[in-house]
Amino acid sequence: MKRELVIIGGGPAGLAAAVEAHNNGINDILILERDKNLGGILQQCIHNGFGLHIFGEQLTGPEYSERFIKKVNELNIEYMLDTMVLNIDSSRKITALTPKTGVFEIEAGAVVLAMGCRERTRGALNIPGSRPSGILTAGAAQRFVNMEGYMVGKKVVILGSGDIGLIMARRMTLEGAEVKMVLEIMPYSTGLKRNIAQCLVDYDIPLYFNHTVVNIHGKNRLEGVTVAEVDEYRKPIAGTEKYVECDTLLLSVGLIPENELSKGAGIEISGITSGPVVDESMQTSVEGIFACGNVVHVHDLVDFVTQESYLAGKGAAKFIKGELSKSKKVISTLGENGIRYVVPQKINPDNVDDSVNFFMRVDNVYKNVFIEVLSEGKTVLKVKRPVVSPGEMENIKIKREILENINFNKLIFSLKEA
Amino acid sequence: MSKTNITCINCPMGCPLEITMENDIISVIGNKCNKGKEYAIREITNPTRIVTSTVKVNGGERPVVAIKTQDEIPKKLIFDVMKEINKVTINAPVNLGDIVIENVLNTNVNVIATANDKVK
Repeated sequence: MKRELVIIGGGPAGLAAAVEAHNNGINDILILERDKNLGGILQQCIHNGFGLHIFGEQLTGPEYSERFIKKVNELNIEYMLDTMVLNIDSSRKITALTPKTGVFEIEAGAVVLAMGCRERTRGALNIPGSRPSGILTAGAAQRFVNMEGYMVGKKVVILGSGDIGLIMARRMTLEGAEVKMVLEIMPYSTGLKRNIAQCLVDYDIPLYFNHTVVNIHGKNRLEGVTVAEVDEYRKPIAGTEKYVECDTLLLSVGLIPENELSKGAGIEISGITSGPVVDESMQTSVEGIFACGNVVHVHDLVDFVTQESYLAGKGAAKFIKGELSKSKKVISTLGENGIRYVVPQKINPDNVDDSVNFFMRVDNVYKNVFIEVLSEGKTVLKVKRPVVSPGEMENIKIKREILENINFNKLIFSLKEA
Repeated sequence: MSKTNITCINCPMGCPLEITMENDIISVIGNKCNKGKEYAIREITNPTRIVTSTVKVNGGERPVVAIKTQDEIPKKLIFDVMKEINKVTINAPVNLGDIVIENVLNTNVNVIATANDKVK
């Protein structure tokens, strides 16, 4: 079959891209989703706090995604559930699989990649010890508790202070479990400050920085973990080991953009974000293939995913209509001096409407700094931040006029002491 | 005079708030918007929270459906409200916005469904 626009993934990114592509004149859209429902990870994020930027109110995850599902239905945008995409090639031919029709192929005029990310697991951490049940990623536990109706344990230790871990500390406590502690190997949290306040402080759950799990005990079911303090090189300090009895260990130790399909299509992947290198229209290095949301880089807030996905939907629509400029002028962005990465990595000012919102993460906690944007040694823009942290994404808007007037083809984002 | 330091939970900024209480007069610094000030005052007079959880569903595609208190309830009632929530089983179909518990524990706040669950 032939379709104008195919969107891989029916989570917040895919839904927003579909709606925006439709708003820009594309009617022949197909969303492919591997789960039984649309909504993606928001289905299991039943806590509130979503939507402040986009809707100006606090919504729960399912409420946020439902607003987009409703739009998709109102606009008669077609979607297929239980559908797994197996391959995409650089000519935008998609191979997918459903239980009803088996394997099928689609030739797409444009593709939006919106596959999201997955969690790092125990295997990626190489924690020694036995292999009992009771060790789950925080997101897997969240799905069991919030969607499947299973309680996953009674005495819980959480490794990693990522947002899902913090949210699950509260959730498990509300459901009657004893959450003994949250351990963070770094000297700072990778989660949002407000989640430490409302998920840990509210329930007197201790958070230990510079601590990790060094051993796992138990044969059939987890019986306990050994925790230890780490030094500045994140190596356990001998003599600081403590045994903590628990039947459940939840891991909230990072998210990885899910890009097997992107790699198969020959798309250039950034070594830092683990996601596709994208331009101002969220187009990847392969013409006609766009990407948005957590598949590009891991976000803290779904609101920013939505904004980015609107860009991808609009970009794909422009591409289909032949309106996307292929001007030779391309500005590359680069993070330096504490800025780990900047997205988008490439800008063609011709395709910018009003401004570009650059997203970035820092590599450590810094206080009283300027985020400085430089071109050819000259300051283009400077914004002050009282504190920046790897756990909280920064964003800076730069107007089209400024981008048009940059002669040099590099835009450098850098931290400077205030 | 007493000083309390808290983190605002209204938005992802997570502003550090310093609340000073002197002769029943509350002053707040560190907030970047009015919501922060309101939160700080509530936090030391009558702290409140939204509670989100799930309730059991009979005959639905999913065994549980997500719910929330439609408004904030006193923080000290969180676990009592959880007990009420855990007593409830509702029948499919469930529509987003359906009232699951009316006026939970006389707080004048309803518990409502935040997701849909179709009949299996």
